[in-house]
Amino acid sequence: MKYMLLLRHEPTAGPAEGTPEFDAEMTSWGEVMGELGRSGSMIAAHGLDTEATATTVRIRNGESLVSDGPFAETKEAFFSYIIIDVADLDAALVWARKMPNVTYGSVEVRPLSSHEQDG
Amino acid sequence: MTEAVEAAEAIERAYREEWTPLLATLAGQLGGDVGLAEDAAAEAFAAAVAEWPGRGVPSRPGAWLTTVARRRAIDRLRREATRSAALDRMETLMRDDDTTEPEPADRSGVADDRLRLMFTCCHPALALEARVALTLRALGGLEVSEVARAFLTTETTMYQRLVRAKRKIKAAGIPYRVPDADELPERVHGILHVIHLVYTEGHVASTGDDLVRVDLCQEAIRLCRLVVELLPTDTEALGLLAFLLLTDARRTARTDGRGLPVALEDQDRGHWDQALIAEGTAILGRALGLGAPGPFQVQAAIAALHAEAPHWDATDWTQIAALYGELSAMAPSPVVTINRAAALAMADGPHVGLALLAGIDVDGRVDRYQPWHATRAELLARAGDAEGAEIAYRRAVELTASAAEREALEARRRRILGS
Repeated sequence: MKYMLLLRHEPTAGPAEGTPEFDAEMTSWGEVMGELGRSGSMIAAHGLDTEATATTVRIRNGESLVSDGPFAETKEAFFSYIIIDVADLDAALVWARKMPNVTYGSVEVRPLSSHEQDG
Repeated sequence: MTEAVEAAEAIERAYREEWTPLLATLAGQLGGDVGLAEDAAAEAFAAAVAEWPGRGVPSRPGAWLTTVARRRAIDRLRREATRSAALDRMETLMRDDDTTEPEPADRSGVADDRLRLMFTCCHPALALEARVALTLRALGGLEVSEVARAFLTTETTMYQRLVRAKRKIKAAGIPYRVPDADELPERVHGILHVIHLVYTEGHVASTGDDLVRVDLCQEAIRLCRLVVELLPTDTEALGLLAFLLLTDARRTARTDGRGLPVALEDQDRGHWDQALIAEGTAILGRALGLGAPGPFQVQAAIAALHAEAPHWDATDWTQIAALYGELSAMAPSPVVTINRAAALAMADGPHVGLALLAGIDVDGRVDRYQPWHATRAELLARAGDAEGAEIAYRRAVELTASAAEREALEARRRRILGS
């Protein structure tokens, strides 16, 4: 099954750039992404620019509404996504738990829609 | 007429004995689609209700039900067979359906299937209330209306809750398998947690107005026996079973003739079920012998100490307080501390218990927890602080939802404070 891991964290949480903790986390990211790549389960992974750069589009009653920022005002910012193809939810959760931001942010595990699953 | 009675009895027996194995086997053949398996199993029983009274009970009811359920599932998949996955599952089923004469159902893997079903129904990706409902429906074989009644909700609401849960199992890819060894203890604990919740729900309700809910206690014990049968060396599964049996042994003594709750202290110990106590104690011994202690075993040990005391004053409070201390180290919570304080007060005097209570951080949740106020009231009264006890009793009464329990608490207050 294909799942998207939606990675989030609060902008102020996690180690600050330039600290040894930040470097250690970068190493962890490198390790887990390398492991995921070698496992053959990875389909795609991309980091996103900050939420300040996001634009949300909606059409209501035929009127197009364009607004600044992400869809929902949440404390946690959506900063990256990874799409994987693994046996089942338990396997997806194993990868989710390995993401370094999981200790101070969160990883949402969402199956791709059923149309995306076949093929 | 007698044929109809015979058919009704056979259906009831088949439901009791075959529902879970049938559902578990089907779900296995259907790639873990518990929702479809449940629908097909329910349709097979509906067919039995329609056909057995007229045509007679088949010689092998289990095999008959399996064949019918499998065909209903095939029909369903045929209707929705636009996707390759549905076709795959259909082929699996049809391979098993080659014979036209119903063969005895293959039950060699059924224990494994029931275990898988249990892990799926109790998967942490499902909401806790959905886990409880699914477990009662799929493994307990309760009707949706019964599950709804047990949780004081409407059948429609419960039906929707179950549909949502089954849809998530399928769409999110919740696996139909026994978890890997490194995850197993945590996942087994998840199952035990659900069973404990079912029991607690029945236990609490049995002092209230709705006696139907008492069945939940029996159901929880049955489910726990199943876990022990499937995982015979899991010490916490044994611990929970022992705990439930030892607690259930006191059931008839817990309420008086009018259905009012009777505190442990005042219970007629002659009404405790000695057979259940003996079984619970033996199972606890087996668990402790395996040398992997855990919270349920400690709670069972506490229940065993109560069970072996000939009367309240002869209870080994020192030992009980020590066990609550152990429990507190394993799974710290204000609830455990409150119980430990009550035991310490019995062993060493009310001031010792009150000193422990003083260390609890009273947040909103603790302040709304009735036993916190009831225990404080009791200990303050015994320590001679009538005024403090009065305030605490009043708060405890305020927080008691059940009329019966409120009355019992008032009686307690009158007895201790005398006004």
